[in-house]
Amino acid sequence: MILLIIGLLSGLISGMGIGGGTVLIPALTIFVGMNQHNAQSINLIYFIPTAIAALVIHIRNKRIRKELLWFLIGGGVIGAVIGSFVAISLDAVLLRRLFGFFLFYMGITEFRKSKRKIKVNEE
Amino acid sequence: MIKNTLKISLVGFITGLTNGLFGAGGGTIVVPAMERILKVEEHESHATAIAVILPLSVMSTFIYIRHQELDWKSILYVAIGGVGGGILGAKLLSRISPQWLHKIFGLFMIAASIRMIMG
Repeated sequence: MILLIIGLLSGLISGMGIGGGTVLIPALTIFVGMNQHNAQSINLIYFIPTAIAALVIHIRNKRIRKELLWFLIGGGVIGAVIGSFVAISLDAVLLRRLFGFFLFYMGITEFRKSKRKIKVNEE
Repeated sequence: MIKNTLKISLVGFITGLTNGLFGAGGGTIVVPAMERILKVEEHESHATAIAVILPLSVMSTFIYIRHQELDWKSILYVAIGGVGGGILGAKLLSRISPQWLHKIFGLFMIAASIRMIMG
């Protein structure tokens, strides 16, 4: 049940483009007690059906900039292979701490984003 | 043109690197990069980001799976919830701009990050 709720919340957020993993991975390690590698794997796997579902709607609404896709994906695949091999070679606790620092930075960005947008709306 | 192509590929590379290392967070790199460097409109960058990260995540998933045992039942539950939430989120995206969401999730992330660094 808790897994369903965590999934639903993360899907909701990722569908909005905020990034469901920033909720899913900490939720799985903190509330379910999962190790970092497992939580990251679940997020990757889980992202696939979620992204397909969201993508169908985005394609219908014609929101995708196709001309950018090839180069973004081309560079991305090389990065993804390097990043993934580094991740699986790291110790789980070290990876969790690194993730924590990344999450902290993202949290600050997310929080400041809300301030900036509200200001723009008030103008 | 060539300079622009390099720029776009580099954005993709950093996105893939982050997404591969942390199994998440590709969107937090590629969305602002598209908005600021490539001047793509906000909703378009969010949608394009998903199209970019999907193949990268498939790639990373294969590498991750080969190196560990996974609890597929947990994954199934999380995924079922995720599909429902994903459809709902994408629909809401065209209707509302969720400012308060940024604040709530920002705070959640900061709290969770401290727990993950200290724990």
